[in-house]
Amino acid sequence: MPKQKQRVRTRSGFAEGDMTPMIDMTFQLIAFFMVLINFTEADQNERIRLPISELAQPPDEPLTDAITLQLTQEGTILLGGEEFSVEQLPVPLRRERQVLEATPGKSVARATIVIRADMRAKAGRVQEVILECQKTGFERFALRAKQAERRPG
Amino acid sequence: MKVRHSDRNAEKVQLQMTPMIDIVFQLLVFFIMTFKIVSPEGDFNIRMPIGAPSEGLPDDELQIPPIKVRLTATGTGHLAEIRMGEKPLGRNFKALNQEVRQIVGGGAGPSIQDAAEVEIDADYGLQFEYVMNAITAVSGHVEGDRVVSLVEKIKFAPPRAGP
Repeated sequence: MPKQKQRVRTRSGFAEGDMTPMIDMTFQLIAFFMVLINFTEADQNERIRLPISELAQPPDEPLTDAITLQLTQEGTILLGGEEFSVEQLPVPLRRERQVLEATPGKSVARATIVIRADMRAKAGRVQEVILECQKTGFERFALRAKQAERRPG
Repeated sequence: MKVRHSDRNAEKVQLQMTPMIDIVFQLLVFFIMTFKIVSPEGDFNIRMPIGAPSEGLPDDELQIPPIKVRLTATGTGHLAEIRMGEKPLGRNFKALNQEVRQIVGGGAGPSIQDAAEVEIDADYGLQFEYVMNAITAVSGHVEGDRVVSLVEKIKFAPPRAGP
């Protein structure tokens, strides 16, 4: 007579469901979210709505010594969690410059200023920010845009 | 004294799964709550050294003057007109792209393409998205899935006076 599968019964007599598939699935979900979580959002701010460009592509390799300046619609600049006006900008920029100069192998001329400007910010403000950075010695700039969906054809 | 182990009466040690499942679900909830789909971003490089030549002067060995793109704004910061050199292009960035393609793209050769430079001269109050549209139009265009590059050297004209 073939053996019949017996349900595992506890002392109280209740049948116990097999938890293994559920735990497997849950761990897989956790692994999925862990892999996709993006901690680089520290450089981003919800106040900034980037302009959209179909040519904007994520860089193949990270920019050298990137310093991210975020220009709001109101014309203020966010840098390292603090908010500055264009007139106040030289102070934190000089600080960044000192840090770069104190670090071996880094220089102001090689550093890249990444400008994440709001799409409604004034173009003149962006130029003023670039001008202030130039006065501090920065030469390389990158204007950031959000990648647009490409339509074929 | 010797203790005898009897397998007959041994009971299975049952692991308490509840705390582990609790923690696992808390982790899952944390990751779900913090998960945010971020659309990819890209950069347009602009090189503006301090000792850059003044407006209108060529700064390369091929002595090609920069292509001047003038963007004028309405009172509300929207685009009024695009001009390439003296040629009015309305508000059409595709027309700007076509003009740049005629200069740089159409069999001009890689040396011209490398040497070509665009100088963007925008009104102070113009919204930045129009400047980005102009940069996109002069930088290249998309053909199918391929990006065709045009001008890689882009700079800004000295800023115009604010309001």
